[in-house]
Amino acid sequence: MTRWAMVVGMLLTCNAHALTADEALGMAVGESDARIQSLAKAVAQGDDKTAAYLQALADDAVKVAAGKVLVVRGGKGFDPVTGQVAEVPPEAEDVMLNNRFRGEIDTALAALKLFSTDAALRQQAALALLKEPDASRLPVLDKALASEKNAAVLTLLQQAQAAVLLTANKAEDRLQAARTLAKSRQPEVLLLLNQQLGNEQDAAVQSAIKFAVSKVQDGLRWGDRLGQLFTGASLGSILLLVALGLAITYGLMGVINMAHGELMMIGAYATYVVQVAFRNYLPGAFDYYLLAAMPVAFATSAGVGALLERSILKHLYGRPLETLLATWGISLVLMQAVRSLFGAQNVGVENPSWMSGSIAVLPNLQLPWNRVLIIGFAAAVLLGMSLLIAKTRLGLFVRGVTQNRPMASCMGINTARIDTYAFALGSGIAGLAGCALSQIGNVGPDLGQSYIVDSFMVVVLGGVGQLAGTVYAALGLGLVGKLLEGWTGAVLAKIAVLVFIIVFIQKRPQGIFAMKGRSAEA
Amino acid sequence: MINRRCNLKTLALAAAVAAGSLTFTLQAQAADTIKVGVLHSLSGTMAISETVLKDTVLMAIDEINAKGGVLGKKLEPVVVDPASNWPLFAEKTKQLLTQDKVSVIFGCWTSVSRKSVLPVVEELNGLLFYPVQYEGEELSKNVFYTGAAPNQQAIPAVDYLMSKEGGAAKRWVLLGTDYVYPRTTNKILRAYLKSKGVKESDIDEKYTPFGHSDYQTIVADIKKFSAGGKTAVVSTINGDSNVPFYKELGNAGLKAKDVPVVAFSVGEEELRGVDTKPLVGHLAAWNYFMSIKNPANDEFIKKWSAYAKAKNIAGHKDKPLTNDPMEATYIGINMWKQAVEKAKTTDVDAVIKAMAGQTFKAPSGITSKMDEKNHHLHKSVFIGEIKADGQFNVVWKTPGPVKAKPWSPFIAGNEGKADEPVKK
Repeated sequence: MTRWAMVVGMLLTCNAHALTADEALGMAVGESDARIQSLAKAVAQGDDKTAAYLQALADDAVKVAAGKVLVVRGGKGFDPVTGQVAEVPPEAEDVMLNNRFRGEIDTALAALKLFSTDAALRQQAALALLKEPDASRLPVLDKALASEKNAAVLTLLQQAQAAVLLTANKAEDRLQAARTLAKSRQPEVLLLLNQQLGNEQDAAVQSAIKFAVSKVQDGLRWGDRLGQLFTGASLGSILLLVALGLAITYGLMGVINMAHGELMMIGAYATYVVQVAFRNYLPGAFDYYLLAAMPVAFATSAGVGALLERSILKHLYGRPLETLLATWGISLVLMQAVRSLFGAQNVGVENPSWMSGSIAVLPNLQLPWNRVLIIGFAAAVLLGMSLLIAKTRLGLFVRGVTQNRPMASCMGINTARIDTYAFALGSGIAGLAGCALSQIGNVGPDLGQSYIVDSFMVVVLGGVGQLAGTVYAALGLGLVGKLLEGWTGAVLAKIAVLVFIIVFIQKRPQGIFAMKGRSAEA
Repeated sequence: MINRRCNLKTLALAAAVAAGSLTFTLQAQAADTIKVGVLHSLSGTMAISETVLKDTVLMAIDEINAKGGVLGKKLEPVVVDPASNWPLFAEKTKQLLTQDKVSVIFGCWTSVSRKSVLPVVEELNGLLFYPVQYEGEELSKNVFYTGAAPNQQAIPAVDYLMSKEGGAAKRWVLLGTDYVYPRTTNKILRAYLKSKGVKESDIDEKYTPFGHSDYQTIVADIKKFSAGGKTAVVSTINGDSNVPFYKELGNAGLKAKDVPVVAFSVGEEELRGVDTKPLVGHLAAWNYFMSIKNPANDEFIKKWSAYAKAKNIAGHKDKPLTNDPMEATYIGINMWKQAVEKAKTTDVDAVIKAMAGQTFKAPSGITSKMDEKNHHLHKSVFIGEIKADGQFNVVWKTPGPVKAKPWSPFIAGNEGKADEPVKK
């Protein structure tokens, strides 16, 4: 802190000048041009009060009442100049910000932060200045360059300086700037270079810029490719989640369950209910509601599934057409029940803070947290389920009953009970899928409808009765779908995938993986 | 074989029963009432936007009835649910006009639903009030358009983004849901941008199906496209797809000051389910915002809050929100009432005649006027930026009301089309 104050003091040199009430007001009200001017003036001579005030402006925490500005934090008003607590009058109005002014504030704050003691802050500041070059910041950049020791920050600062000089009057400066920027790997640099390329007259500089553009593009190519792969994997993981439950109820048990989507919807609504409960009773632990929602979603959907199996489906085994009609009817009943309970409108499920935002792997490759976590979640559910089927006694019984019911029965297995367990398990996994879906899409009574076709598609394509097939089909469809979408657009990609599946099923009705042995005929 | 046919029959029967059970009708209470049809989706992808419009009509009807009704008779709402199913809109309209014999219908959001209703209303000489911004290219004697035409929303929004204040955009992504409104609006915008000297390679047009929920590729493409020059996105995405789109936008870190997104179908209500903090600064163009301060709007918001609380409307009872189509609906029903009183009858032809030149003090702060000829309202245009609390901050507005041009001059073949419904 002392060093920060010292450096600011150095910056201000002789006429150190604190924020005045007029300046604060000048930045808060009036025409944009005038406001930007007062901002530039205040920053040129700014102290830490100016920085605090700018931060307040950026956070939308400034109000104006009767020609005076007030910073409002935590319900209390402060005078930005004197720092004294002040009453916030009820007629106080929010300060209007538009994108242009918000951008100006961000770079002004960045300029002030260039001298922070925290290297990470300095790096952020340099990056912000690189993105918004402005000739008036050159002196600040020069000063920061002279004192900077950290290599990473230094490179960014040099590039930020080059970004400003790219529009300099001297062709020599521009040429040098283009060469420096060729080393950058920031997508924003591409924008700056392209903009200058449109205005550039000098042939030598033009070719240098073109070279820099191709260099930067080369550097970004891997990020693009990985990004595309990630979107495909993300879609694949969602398809896998929605299809896994069906792989049990349809794939292993042979029940054409048209209400599968509605079981997901129930899982999503269970998540919503848990969220509301947390908000009302445990607001402090709100960020963890999702962890509590997972078992609740599983249990609710599994319970509904078990009820369905016991009351309706068990009378219909071996009659696929009746099963189809009955489950379809059930799906309508479930949708209408939810509509009556929660209303026809979508309900809002918020992402907990650890599911929001993204992680930057490369400058142009940012992976949203919710999608990364859902990929991990899908993998965990898959692992859990395959262990359950392959290693546990229950899994053994399920496999036994689905492969040869009479024989299993002869061995003393209560087949009716195993059917209920298996169906409840499949339904519970649908509930988990619904919990995951609530984090990326809408939660409404029709949620299931939009995924039911996809889930059947995956199971049929993968080969009925095969877990591994489901996994391959889900990831394959996700990747192919996303690649096609980048190429043909979302509408055509959807049609193309459906056509592909029709052709594939014609050629290979048993799916990617066929069941081996006698059970294939069963 | 017989068995299979039987099953198919059962299937068809089940479908019919299912469709029938999704609708409900408020039955007649008294014989001497004026029936008013309400045709908004209460379920399906458009329910997010349309449900409140039904409630707005009901609120206005309550209000009119409390003051003694129209021509001494009470209004009686007949609510049906076309369930975001476009052909069902036409069926429900037929039912409203022939069975329930309503005097007027308030309804539709998407243009595809309006297009499906149009032939029915024209054939049976009904009266439809359509409260949502749309693509123009239509002028029916039987419809009053209380939402914006393209020159009252889309064109001013693009002008703003091209200005220095709006970020001086050079490249454009036109992103929409795949149906008639976004396609036509983007056709108009493309022609308009070209007339302003924007190159073909600087315009990227993209469409997604209704209810699309995976916007990863689109957002990544926008990011890549924006490296070629200052980019703005014009979004005509409709319905609940907006929620995943904005979620993805926020997560991908695409900031409004870098790539502003201006939306034509996103208002206060659509942002309800979204965490708006990452979206601060993205824009919407409308003819009304809840945040506009004036006495007429204060009263409108107060009425709506009280109504929402009294009727226990989900969401609104705790956090009442108003938006542009609600305002347009409210203006529409009040103007219809004035026109009926002027015509002294609910006869459709007489009411249409009496609608010309009707005025109403609109919550947006202007005195809204129904054009004498072209069945559209004169409207002010506002551009608002999303604030952290999900409200909009008006950053730009037209100096006064703008007259609607339903036939856009930027579509070939529109020159010389009459600015009033053509008699058939």
